[in-house]
Amino acid sequence: MKNLPDLLEAGLTTLQIAVLSMVIGIVIGLALALIRMHMRGPAKWFASTWVELARNTPALFQLFFFGFGLGAIGVHLTPYTIVLAALSFNCAGYLAENFRGGFQAIPDTQLRAARSLGMTGWQAYSRIIIPQVFRIVYHPLTNQMVWAVLMSSLGMLVGFRELSGETQALASRTYRIFEYFAVTAVIYYAIVKFILGASRLLAARLFKY
Amino acid sequence: MIEIRGLEKYFGTLQVLKGIDLTVPKGEVLSIIGASGSGKSTLLYCINALEEIQAGSVKVDGTDVHAKGTDINALRQKLGMVFQQWNSFPHLTALENVALSPRIVKGKTKAEARDIAAKQLEHVGLADKLDVYPSALSGGQQQRLAIARALAMEPEYMLFDEATSALDPELVGEVLDTMRLLAEEGMTMICVTHEMNFARDVSDRVAFFHQGVIEEIDSPDKIFGAPKSEHLQKFLSNIR
Repeated sequence: MKNLPDLLEAGLTTLQIAVLSMVIGIVIGLALALIRMHMRGPAKWFASTWVELARNTPALFQLFFFGFGLGAIGVHLTPYTIVLAALSFNCAGYLAENFRGGFQAIPDTQLRAARSLGMTGWQAYSRIIIPQVFRIVYHPLTNQMVWAVLMSSLGMLVGFRELSGETQALASRTYRIFEYFAVTAVIYYAIVKFILGASRLLAARLFKY
Repeated sequence: MIEIRGLEKYFGTLQVLKGIDLTVPKGEVLSIIGASGSGKSTLLYCINALEEIQAGSVKVDGTDVHAKGTDINALRQKLGMVFQQWNSFPHLTALENVALSPRIVKGKTKAEARDIAAKQLEHVGLADKLDVYPSALSGGQQQRLAIARALAMEPEYMLFDEATSALDPELVGEVLDTMRLLAEEGMTMICVTHEMNFARDVSDRVAFFHQGVIEEIDSPDKIFGAPKSEHLQKFLSNIR
């Protein structure tokens, strides 16, 4: 199969966009969770609406919104940006709920203890609260990462040449559809296994307590 | 010196502190006793502004704790606090628990903070537990860790909020011993406590709280030997 290198390269693109959307999703998800817990008015409404839309509408529709929806009002993004935006939007919404649960699992007294030592609110959150939250949401975070990889396959519908898009292109050129998609499924499987393994190694390093 | 004048505190419509006047000079050990819900712990939280107040004032060395322009994070460094639930930071080792705030709040270098932390852990008898995580420590050890953590900020006052109430009976002694040690070293301490022996033996004065007011405050001899207020007499006879 002489196109294997092309597929592997597309696999890297898939992994890259999944990782990137997770990083963006974590930052925004944390912010959304904190806004929903501590703020009122338009900010809270905005954050809640984001979470509701991300969790309660099909990921495909979210992708189409960033592709065709924005296109209809004259905002034309590249396929890469469309997929990145849609995945980040989706990840942020799901992770915000995970983070909220994580924050609620940390006793208030941890924050009080940190503040009593003279830490600012920011220091208390960044040094004491958030590191503990990350441990609590670590497995949901890993799951979301896997989900982001698999969900990125929707990218082929907006013309993005990630793993599925590349496979589709090659398959339609050669008409060996089943063979190409079978190989691609194996590559997806390998990527997911790699993520789960890396996640386990990282957990052992991060969480010694 | 800590000066509290006309302090009132509400939780919603419930008034938990009904006009507290109290002056604690440097070097004094004051114990606060009284039934649960009488406002003892709330008073401590008002001193370091973990709770807001509705009337009156708290001054620490002349600085109004609840005034708008007060740098509360700087002021809290003077006021070490130890909680009933000891609140060790579970994701940090004993040494990191103690070293963190000297480093990020006081701006000490890593090495300086480490030295301070090691010294304070030795002070409370945990010299052999530096690299242990709190989950591997007993409740009494975690509470001593919390004391070391507060001491590492070199506070001038220590506030103890029922520091032994959540401990198994056999672990109470080691924490009380550490508190005694601090008292002997001349630390100014306000201790909300249910340990009457500690209050009698270690305190310079004892304050009895009843329903949001200080009903009686005097030397331990007078409080335990010749209580004047009826509520105090009843309180003491109930716990004996």
